[in-house]
Amino acid sequence: MVASTATPLVDAQTDVHSHRRSIRDRLRRDWTLLALCLPGVLYFAVFYYVPLLGNVIAFKDYAPFLGISGSPWVGLENFATLLAEPEFWSAVGNTLEITALQLLLYFPAPIALALLLNSLVGHRIKRFIQSVVYLPHFLSWVVVVAMFQQVIGGAGTVSGFLNSHGITIGNLMSNPDTFKLLVTAQVIWKDCGWGTIIFLAAITAIDLNQYEAAAIDGADWKRRLWHVTLPGIRSVILMMLILRLGDILSVGFEQMVLQRDAVGAGAAEVIDTYVYYHGIRDGDWGMSTAAGLMKGLIGAALIYAANKLAHRFGEQGIYR
Amino acid sequence: MERPSIAGRALKFVVLAAVVVAVLYPFGLAVGTSLMGREESIANGGSYVLFPSQPTFEAYSLILSGGAVTRSVLISIGITLTGTALSLICTVFLGYALSRRGLLGGKPILLMVLATFLFTPGMIPSYLMVKELGMIDTYQSLIVPVLVNAFNVVVVRAFFQNLPEELFEAARMDGCTEWRMLWRIAIPLSKAVIAVVGLFYAVSYWNTFFTAILYINDQSKHPIQVVLRQFIFRGTSATGSDVAIVRDLPAASVQMAVLVIALVPILLVYPFLQKYFTKGVLTGAIKG
Repeated sequence: MVASTATPLVDAQTDVHSHRRSIRDRLRRDWTLLALCLPGVLYFAVFYYVPLLGNVIAFKDYAPFLGISGSPWVGLENFATLLAEPEFWSAVGNTLEITALQLLLYFPAPIALALLLNSLVGHRIKRFIQSVVYLPHFLSWVVVVAMFQQVIGGAGTVSGFLNSHGITIGNLMSNPDTFKLLVTAQVIWKDCGWGTIIFLAAITAIDLNQYEAAAIDGADWKRRLWHVTLPGIRSVILMMLILRLGDILSVGFEQMVLQRDAVGAGAAEVIDTYVYYHGIRDGDWGMSTAAGLMKGLIGAALIYAANKLAHRFGEQGIYR
Repeated sequence: MERPSIAGRALKFVVLAAVVVAVLYPFGLAVGTSLMGREESIANGGSYVLFPSQPTFEAYSLILSGGAVTRSVLISIGITLTGTALSLICTVFLGYALSRRGLLGGKPILLMVLATFLFTPGMIPSYLMVKELGMIDTYQSLIVPVLVNAFNVVVVRAFFQNLPEELFEAARMDGCTEWRMLWRIAIPLSKAVIAVVGLFYAVSYWNTFFTAILYINDQSKHPIQVVLRQFIFRGTSATGSDVAIVRDLPAASVQMAVLVIALVPILLVYPFLQKYFTKGVLTGAIKG
């Protein structure tokens, strides 16, 4: 529903009279509105577009006392150093592994939960479950990780219960081997419920006549799910997948920083934490900016490519 | 349609009940443990409990009687109130201006906002910008670098666009300025969406962690989430008075009391948030 009926991101703001007026007349007419834009535009300029240009330090040997313009150019040296760094590749590996796990386990979870919620007949019970499962989305990562700690940490209640019944799971919060599954579980706990909203909306938009027709034709619930519901939300699933692809190299900076001490950098270093620890903590500005810049470019390229692919499949994608 | 089988319905019930328990159980555990008294905690080895035998507010009265937690709560309240007000003003102003047809430069400005969905400037350049502006170790650094959220601008703009155009035409005939139209027509008719966007901002300011660890080195300026991290993951907070508290009281109940304090404002606004957010989220997604 969302993708197929959406208006283009930038709609033609045509005003039949405007093209006849001169810029000066329009400026006189619109100055209040432009003044209203000013704080927001200033914000995006200063904290978005100027820092975007600041990425030039990826090509410089940046030293804080020389400033950005005073620091010497070094060409692609920062990139070369970065790509020769085993720690960086370990961070890339961790990032990709976690993303893969999340695509496999987290991505389908809200779809499944939405289908389950949609199949509920009682409205009150449905609304109750919705209010419960949306809640964790609004918690900070500190709170979420602390909550996992009290349940499955070393002194956690569930670990304690299992231990007293002869099953030793150890401290899952500091086990590097299971860490990637743990962070995926945390993401599911926090955002699976919230993620159902968009799919539930898409399901609601499916024409009920299709279900009736299918039922009359003798389709059982499995066939209705397969031939009516899932095709009905295909566009939305694809759109969410595209958005996820753009984020393939971002796996929760806060979540990782919080748990990096417990499991060690070997398991918890991802690209974002690599940039943070090497750049802001250790002052290796040029190289860590290079890492961040590469990450940003790959993310944008992936969104672009995924969107093109969606068009090829006859879908609207996220923009045209 | 045929009725689903008993087994199928039972399975559905079990799965959904498990989901609800999995979400609510940690909340109960945190509250229960925070209410645990000193003696009980010593008796059961300082672990977490759902139902303390003799609930007491000992942990709360200790951490809220001055010291790092009290200070950080006050800081977070200040950041949340100031930040939400400023963010809302900028977002509503920008959203309103971009919703008006034929605005001079409206299209490039809208593109400038939308393009931020595709790229991020990166952590280091953003950090250097904040540093360049002399904001390191100031409270402004927790607000200004995250002042406007492009998605919220799009949501607000979409809502304003859907208001009946005749109202604005009529007001214009009467010689009403855009400024007055914003305050007299657009805002009063959009209270719900403004409330929801405001609550989203408030929640994100209360949950401030990323900007705080990036831009604030001074311990005495840390907001609640950073102090909570110290209590949970480091055991103690660095300041003297709080080390004393942790030594006097069972660590678990103090930790969970800090956790609950970091949680309560979210729980308080959640019912209001929940009433509207489906609407807000969807107008944004559909109108783009």
